[in-house]
Amino acid sequence: MINWLLQPFAYDFMVRGLLASLLVGVLCAVIGCYVVLRSMAFLGDALAHAILPGVAIAYLVGANLMVGALVAAVLVALLIGYFTRSGTVKEDTAIGILFAAALSLGVMLISSIRTYAVDLTHILFGNVLGVSSGDLLLTAGISLGVLAVVALLYRPFLVISFDPVLAATLRMPRELLRNLLLVLMSLTVVVSMQTVGIGLVAAMLVTPGATAYLLTKRLPAMMVLSAAIGAVSSIAGLYISYYANVASGAAVVLTATFFFLLAFFFAPQRGMLSRMRGAYAS
Amino acid sequence: MNPDDCDNGPALLDFDHITVSYNGKPVLDQLTFQVPHGEQVAVVGPNGAGKSTLFKALVGLLPLRSGRIRIHCKPLGAHTDCVAYVPQREEVDLRFPVTVEDVVSMGRYGRSKWRNRLTAQDREVVRRSMDQLGVLNLARQPIGDLSGGQQQRVFLARALAQEPHILLMDEPFTGVDVTTQEVTMRLLESLRAQSVTVMVSTHDLTLASERFPRVLLLNRRLVSYGAPKEALSAAALADAFGKQIFFTGDAVLVDQCCGPDEEHQHHHHEVQHD
Repeated sequence: MINWLLQPFAYDFMVRGLLASLLVGVLCAVIGCYVVLRSMAFLGDALAHAILPGVAIAYLVGANLMVGALVAAVLVALLIGYFTRSGTVKEDTAIGILFAAALSLGVMLISSIRTYAVDLTHILFGNVLGVSSGDLLLTAGISLGVLAVVALLYRPFLVISFDPVLAATLRMPRELLRNLLLVLMSLTVVVSMQTVGIGLVAAMLVTPGATAYLLTKRLPAMMVLSAAIGAVSSIAGLYISYYANVASGAAVVLTATFFFLLAFFFAPQRGMLSRMRGAYAS
Repeated sequence: MNPDDCDNGPALLDFDHITVSYNGKPVLDQLTFQVPHGEQVAVVGPNGAGKSTLFKALVGLLPLRSGRIRIHCKPLGAHTDCVAYVPQREEVDLRFPVTVEDVVSMGRYGRSKWRNRLTAQDREVVRRSMDQLGVLNLARQPIGDLSGGQQQRVFLARALAQEPHILLMDEPFTGVDVTTQEVTMRLLESLRAQSVTVMVSTHDLTLASERFPRVLLLNRRLVSYGAPKEALSAAALADAFGKQIFFTGDAVLVDQCCGPDEEHQHHHHEVQHD
């Protein structure tokens, strides 16, 4: 058994892949709590696709793909913030417009690069086994940075998410905080690109958070449980990927979905079964 | 930005020709009035008169198009925690994973710095506020599990925990149970003893005239302001309510149900949450 568990990590690239997956799993799960509570799932998906032109341009000019993705994601996040600032355009509309525009731009650029086909699938579905030491370092740096900001600004983020009116009354810089949260989301999406890929990052943002929401009563507990689910899903997914020889991102997401379904049906209070029992009892 | 300004005693509130517009249309036009230290004012008027708008302008949620609001002789925004506002319940997400104690603790966030932990004194204020509003036994309950009236009391407790010098309440007596109404009335009495300046919007003209020393009658502009008898004179009411009002000898009937827009929204929201 131990041998079975340890065997994948005889290879350095597997160790790097595991560490990157763990970091990304935890990061996505924590940021994902805000995504779930603020109903921003659509935004997560949009941001993921919006980084495509950044990646393409970085590839064209020979820069680091992650840096290109980062610039594109932050740019799109801030543009969404700008378009919706005074309420002239609704948020989901602005997201829809920018998401499609960025994706189109990305497709246009990529279709002009003939040799790109192979790398593109890696961007869409992740290539956890291709994580270099440099990538891992960048992932670790960004993950820890984002988590530190979330911990440091726990209260303001809680207030602007739960009760924006109170935030205004307390004269918190609401726009700044909202944009900062968007930037943190962009960073999360970008570091997830390599492990789960942009096609599946939205699931990693939403699924652990939604699962934890069903099982907890307070935000700190929700974040911790969500992070644990993200971490366990990442590890389990990687093993499945190694032994069943399937795409790692997909295995990670399906593991997380399995946990969600368990919670959805069997959660003590908010689960389907206990609700049905409650309905029968009353 | 000196938070110590709140310690200068009860607040004088000074509205100087304020105009507030919403989506380009002026909702409040050239309002000028003063609320003396520790006064309690009922804000009444027909639906869409701008009662909520007035409060939102006062807490900085809506910008002033012109005019000035001064608190303690300082412009709006110079104080970070002088004003507490209890909006109508439907403005927050009640499915959020926070307990009653979490919500009331937020009332202290303006005082303690964001990153600092709440002090023992903060926690004592939170506990006392919950106790005063009768929600202390619910402290560990998720806010979403409470009844509408209980939720309202939690938000009142939070406002109290802010230790404000000005407290604004938007329709605190609408759509809540009798216990909550009584607790709210008792809160008003204790706030009067502490000289906290209070403004309460209400549809209940009887309540306004019987329980408040001052009434502000609003219909996009200031119709009348003063002691209830003068502010709610027949002429003033006719001016504010127009055809919604009906005089029969001694009695005055005001039809406040189902006005053009505002009231419809209220009903929709209440259906969703109750």
